[in-house]
Amino acid sequence: MAQLVDSTHRAGTPQAGLGVGLGRWISVAGRRHSLPILLLLLLGFVAPLLTIIGFSFMPPRTFSIWQWPTFENYRVIFEETFYTSFLWSLGMAVVTVAILIAICYPIAYGLAKTFGRWANLVTLLMVLPLFVSENVRLYGWVLFFIKGGVLLGTIKSLFAVELDSILFQPGTIIFGMVYVYLPFMLFPMTLGVSMVPRDLVDAANDLGASRLQIFREVELPLAMPGVVIGSLLTFVLAVGAIAEAKVLGGQSVIPVTHDIEIAFTYAQNWPLGAGISVMLILIVGALVLAVLRRFDLDRILGRR
Amino acid sequence: MAQPSILDLKGVTKQFGGLTAVDHIDLQVREGEFFTIVGPSGSGKTTLLRMLAGMDTPTDGDILLKGERINDVPANKRPTCMVFQSLALFPHRTVGENIEFPLKIRGEAPAARRQRCLQLMRQLRLPENYYAKNVTKCSGGERQRVALARALAYDPQILFFDEPLSAIDYKLRKTLEKELKDIHRETGKTFIYITHSLEEAMVMSDRIGVMRAGKLVQVGTPNEIYTAPKDKFVSEFMGEVNLFDVRLGEGGKLVSDTFGTNFSISALPAGFRQGYLVIRPEFMRFVGDGEEVENLLTGKLYNEYELGSRIQYQVRVDGHMFLLERLRQRPFRGELDDDVVIGWNAKDSILVAE
Repeated sequence: MAQLVDSTHRAGTPQAGLGVGLGRWISVAGRRHSLPILLLLLLGFVAPLLTIIGFSFMPPRTFSIWQWPTFENYRVIFEETFYTSFLWSLGMAVVTVAILIAICYPIAYGLAKTFGRWANLVTLLMVLPLFVSENVRLYGWVLFFIKGGVLLGTIKSLFAVELDSILFQPGTIIFGMVYVYLPFMLFPMTLGVSMVPRDLVDAANDLGASRLQIFREVELPLAMPGVVIGSLLTFVLAVGAIAEAKVLGGQSVIPVTHDIEIAFTYAQNWPLGAGISVMLILIVGALVLAVLRRFDLDRILGRR
Repeated sequence: MAQPSILDLKGVTKQFGGLTAVDHIDLQVREGEFFTIVGPSGSGKTTLLRMLAGMDTPTDGDILLKGERINDVPANKRPTCMVFQSLALFPHRTVGENIEFPLKIRGEAPAARRQRCLQLMRQLRLPENYYAKNVTKCSGGERQRVALARALAYDPQILFFDEPLSAIDYKLRKTLEKELKDIHRETGKTFIYITHSLEEAMVMSDRIGVMRAGKLVQVGTPNEIYTAPKDKFVSEFMGEVNLFDVRLGEGGKLVSDTFGTNFSISALPAGFRQGYLVIRPEFMRFVGDGEEVENLLTGKLYNEYELGSRIQYQVRVDGHMFLLERLRQRPFRGELDDDVVIGWNAKDSILVAE
């Protein structure tokens, strides 16, 4: 009580400046403990974001943020053909996520339910590639797919057939993204699948449900939080992907990330790059929010 | 046997590796019967039930439903249904959706489903406005009723219960036990129930099977199990009893080496050589109160326990504990550490084997 009286007294005195106010704000344990992450987010997330938003309203090809704002960059984005890059990026991300769901669900099911003591080994095998740089792995695939490379060279020497390389096509880019982002779908999904109690599956079966009906009515809805989180994670990563398109795709497809990079580097047009970035953030943000609204995780988990 | 048997078990056995969880069970369950399998944990009762429900297959032996072998019929093709220990309600569905689940699986129209569901909810005394309530928001007793309603919606020929009441507090459990027996009467279906509590089994069952280490030790009505336990295990499982070892002495006398005396018994089982004498606490008497009994022992009154309608007394005879019970209306008037004479009538004791 004495402490309370003391602090109100101090706050009331004219000398109590910013320093004292900050000191009092920090004196709450929760705030004090959140200080490092707050600083990190402020410097590493909020500041760059505000800079990007600010730059997107600057006149084209300028490098100063203190000028009269303009919508010129957004006009350019809407009038020129940037929409194709947006569509390529979003489209390939959607396809990647869809393929990942189909590939990962059986593995996740196995890891959570049937692999038993082999699950650790499989997990290790899935994680191991993450220790190698993404670019190195992608160039490895180039060597695998390239004309005269591992795949085609082997086919040629065995069957004496010469096939065209599948490199530098949108399909190969998607293959690369599926390959690179697989762990980011698999592990949230495994968590989701492992949250489905064995009893519920037995009960559904006992009540007459076939394997497919159990999957549709019980397993999938209950594993949905994991599926949704994995999908959002891989979608956001895939929309922001650039290396796969460059390395495996050659220049066959220009994703929006590539446009941003060009604007910031070769074109020396920071405001345009910033504008495209803001558009991308808005589109992805809106999609993620829409999905989260559609799949209410709390309701799925029966918490509401 | 008045009713025909609905379920026949012939030498049903289940082995896990080297372990025999269920060991050659022979059993016939009659149509419309409330049959309870009782046993301590690890006795194999859950494994047995899972085989009956189709979630496990026997290693050996046959399970016949109305004369047809169903060993390899999967759970979703059997006309039987189970209420799980965890209840296994679908947390992402409402009360109504849970109860309608088997009907939806069967492809019934929504209107018919809803009608049947509301009918079951009325029967199980679930308020109608619970239809759209999330099951996770229901209380323990309500969830029990939802689980039972869901199983009844399947319209099974046999309903299995895997200790559904074990996690419920005592008072509610007593209510639900009676409700379940009422539901059994109203539906006329065959109920097969498993529990580790013989007390629970006694309240509800038409017949009880006592299981131990994968084997059925005794099958009988609650009265038979209570008054004529087959062995030491069953008699001890039945609750608190006075039990001590005896052997057959010269001239057909029952000799207790523990107390260095002979006891009389009304009937000696054929071939009996040695075993245990069992006397229930309510058959033990304080002698000298105008009671005349055939077997007597002298000890000290050690303690007394209030049981509600009855009072229980502990008497120690040469360091051995005896329990006696009396109705509250006629308590034993004595101080602790008083010397007391206790005894029982020959007709009230039971002789059991090892």
